[in-house]
Amino acid sequence: MLLYALRRLIYLVPVAFGVSLLVFGLVHLAPGDPISAIVPPDAPKEVVDKLKEYYGFDKPLPVQYLRWLGVTLTGDLGTSIGTGRSVAQEVGSAFGNTIILAIAATLFAFTLAVILGTSAAYAKSRIVDRLVTSISLVGVSIPHFWLAIVLVIIFAVELGALPPMGIGPENSTGWRFDRAHLAHMVLPTIALSVIPLGVVTRTVRSTVKETLSMEFVTALQAKGMRDSRILFHVLKNAAPTCLAVMGLQAGNLIGGSILIETVFAWPGTGFLLNSAIFRRDLPILQGTTLVLAGFFMLLNLTVDIIQTMVDPRIKRG
Amino acid sequence: MAVQSPSLDVGGAVLVVPRPVAGGRGYWQSVGRRLRRDPVTLVCAGILVVLVLASIFAPLLGLNDPYKTSMLRRLYPLGSPNHWLGTDELGRDMFARLIYGGRLSLFMGVTPVVCALLIGGMLGITAGFLGGKVNMAIMRVMDVFYAFPSVLLAISLSGAMGAGTENTLLSLTLVFIPPICRVSESVTTQVRGFDFVDAAKASGASTLTIVRVHVLGNVLGPILVYSTSLISVAIILAAGLSFLGLGVKPPEPEWGLMLNTLRQAIYVNPVLAALPGVMIFITSICFNLMSDGLRAAMDVKA
Repeated sequence: MLLYALRRLIYLVPVAFGVSLLVFGLVHLAPGDPISAIVPPDAPKEVVDKLKEYYGFDKPLPVQYLRWLGVTLTGDLGTSIGTGRSVAQEVGSAFGNTIILAIAATLFAFTLAVILGTSAAYAKSRIVDRLVTSISLVGVSIPHFWLAIVLVIIFAVELGALPPMGIGPENSTGWRFDRAHLAHMVLPTIALSVIPLGVVTRTVRSTVKETLSMEFVTALQAKGMRDSRILFHVLKNAAPTCLAVMGLQAGNLIGGSILIETVFAWPGTGFLLNSAIFRRDLPILQGTTLVLAGFFMLLNLTVDIIQTMVDPRIKRG
Repeated sequence: MAVQSPSLDVGGAVLVVPRPVAGGRGYWQSVGRRLRRDPVTLVCAGILVVLVLASIFAPLLGLNDPYKTSMLRRLYPLGSPNHWLGTDELGRDMFARLIYGGRLSLFMGVTPVVCALLIGGMLGITAGFLGGKVNMAIMRVMDVFYAFPSVLLAISLSGAMGAGTENTLLSLTLVFIPPICRVSESVTTQVRGFDFVDAAKASGASTLTIVRVHVLGNVLGPILVYSTSLISVAIILAAGLSFLGLGVKPPEPEWGLMLNTLRQAIYVNPVLAALPGVMIFITSICFNLMSDGLRAAMDVKA
């Protein structure tokens, strides 16, 4: 097991190298040279050259990349052009806010998905099955940023029951576990959880249904085992497939939160990324993308390892 | 074309390759027959055809000018005379903008998937058929793209390249190449392992013939079905990019962009502000259901 984890970790190195190349390349995808984003167009040539030298943009690309990689590996993601603060700090505090929202949405979506999916697979009546299938269809088809707006319209504008945006009351300095902050979380959490809810419900339903038709279930029933115990065995067998999908969804949820955070002005990485794009704050764009991709990679690795722990049949070459 | 009916294992899911149908009917004929008997798929296809035709022939429908602004007629409610779906924040006719909006919204959802299908499919089939080092090289590059959540990749690429329709198309295509490539590779690898490929090789068929007849014939179905399931994601993602201001630029009518500009109106005319999203929702649900129908009709399980 440890060997497997280690091998997976080593395998991640070339991928991480590719990711760093891509993130580094982001700056050079930008139209014009990276300096033009931060100086006024009529700046004297000496100033531009000086800045280029300061940021190292006068060096050939491979040299620039190696320098950037070296600095980045020490945890220094550069300085934000917009605020002058360190990128690592900005991304760090935003990342915490994103994670809080992501955890809430993940818990909500996965719990509901397992309950819905399992009951649909077990359901004798077609109505329950149809209902659950429709819910998952809506989940995967709905534009979640639109749902966010609709939720704001219904619960904030029309009913006035919940706050329309922000992480907490106006004087809030950061997320805290209290009533006001929790109320601010309700709508973003729901909006963020629809996609994983749809996808995971679909997977749980089909996997549990497939497991139920296996011979061991009939054997357990013939043996006279209680239904609740059989359910446990069924879920255990369905778990690896469901876990794989859940892991991917949890990661995608962090990417998808960019749109939701923008609608709710939730001060997370997505909100940061979006504002960085419009200020042409390339260091922030780079830093946020790198941190999120790194987190996504680690998450996938973790899911992979958990999967092999849950299901010892998976012996991967 | 349908050679035998082996079961394929694709990433834990089972694909069933087209099998010969009793009575000697061709595979595609029986797919067509099954599709014609599926009311849900037919209704969805009908709605999509209407949407596509309406947006293509929008100028001939006698609609109001979707670009004509009017400071006096801003945010008219639904059911107003001459503007039965109201007017937007600049006094432009909503119905006309929603119909015209389909042009860009549909185009930007479908095009990236088609491009990615061509590029990703080709790469995946090449990787799967040749195997070995070529496979390694192609699939490792794809792994790099897999290290990003798809929305993040799309937004970061578009964000770096700047707003604009071409940049959005480019970044969305890049987002959809890796998944299509991965599916193509795994289906091809499995088809290549079947006896009929060896038999063809032994009987002296050229590589090109094997790929064209034996491989393509068997992998195209699953790849196509998988790609159609991505269209709804692409439409939502394209609208999302425009919603963030990274896609289509104003004043072009586009559903995502309209959602964005109408956000200021949610306190004045909330129903109006939600309308463009309804269009995105209908389109994406139709594409999803149609893809499900196609999957069932083509006997592909995933």
